[in-house]
Amino acid sequence: MALIVPQVAYEQIRKHGEETYPHECCGVLVGEFDEASNKVVKSIVPCGNTRTDSPRNRYHIGPAELVRIQREALLAGQDIVGFYHSHPDHPAHWSATDLAEAHWTGCSYVITSVENGRAALTHSFLLQGQEESKSFEDEVLKVTA
Amino acid sequence: MPIKVLIPTPLRPYAGKQSVIEVTAQTVGEALNDLVAKHPDLRKHLFSEEGKLRSFVNVYLNDEDIRYLSKDATPVKETDSISIVPSVAGGR
Repeated sequence: MALIVPQVAYEQIRKHGEETYPHECCGVLVGEFDEASNKVVKSIVPCGNTRTDSPRNRYHIGPAELVRIQREALLAGQDIVGFYHSHPDHPAHWSATDLAEAHWTGCSYVITSVENGRAALTHSFLLQGQEESKSFEDEVLKVTA
Repeated sequence: MPIKVLIPTPLRPYAGKQSVIEVTAQTVGEALNDLVAKHPDLRKHLFSEEGKLRSFVNVYLNDEDIRYLSKDATPVKETDSISIVPSVAGGR
């Protein structure tokens, strides 16, 4: 199982993190689950970070945006397959807060570290299990042409 | 009356792998009750043991959060759709 992201979308995710630095960026990955349970991203939807009280180390996507994105994805025969956000001047690894506030099991959570305003590493983590026993697992992120 | 409920990706395994489920209801509360009656495995993912919506589960009628309408008592029309979206948040 892997997260497969087109090069254009991958660059958009990383650029978004640079644009919002030193604040966290966030957005939605829209695509399909293939027969091998890979998630194939078709497009990304950049979202606003509603955590204006603490945007340097917190993110939150407004549920109204999620509702709209989910509805449009379903109409297009696609799905929400994951999310992305940035960690300004912090490693590209999930935090305790990321896990506590992650609820979309089976979906990918992509994190980009942004160091001094430049995107550094981008990693993907798969949220597994159920709410009471959830965990993040490292996930292969394949960038395609 | 029949009304559509949009099921988010993480809840599909508990909803017969369907992305849209039609229920019969006059209110949002009835719609959710019919949904969990049809798919009992969904119940614990939507509701606490006290029967309240779990804190991270958002329910929208079209583009409005039911918390800001009349919650469970919000009336529905056949042309409406109900969306369930778990929250998305975090940070370093």
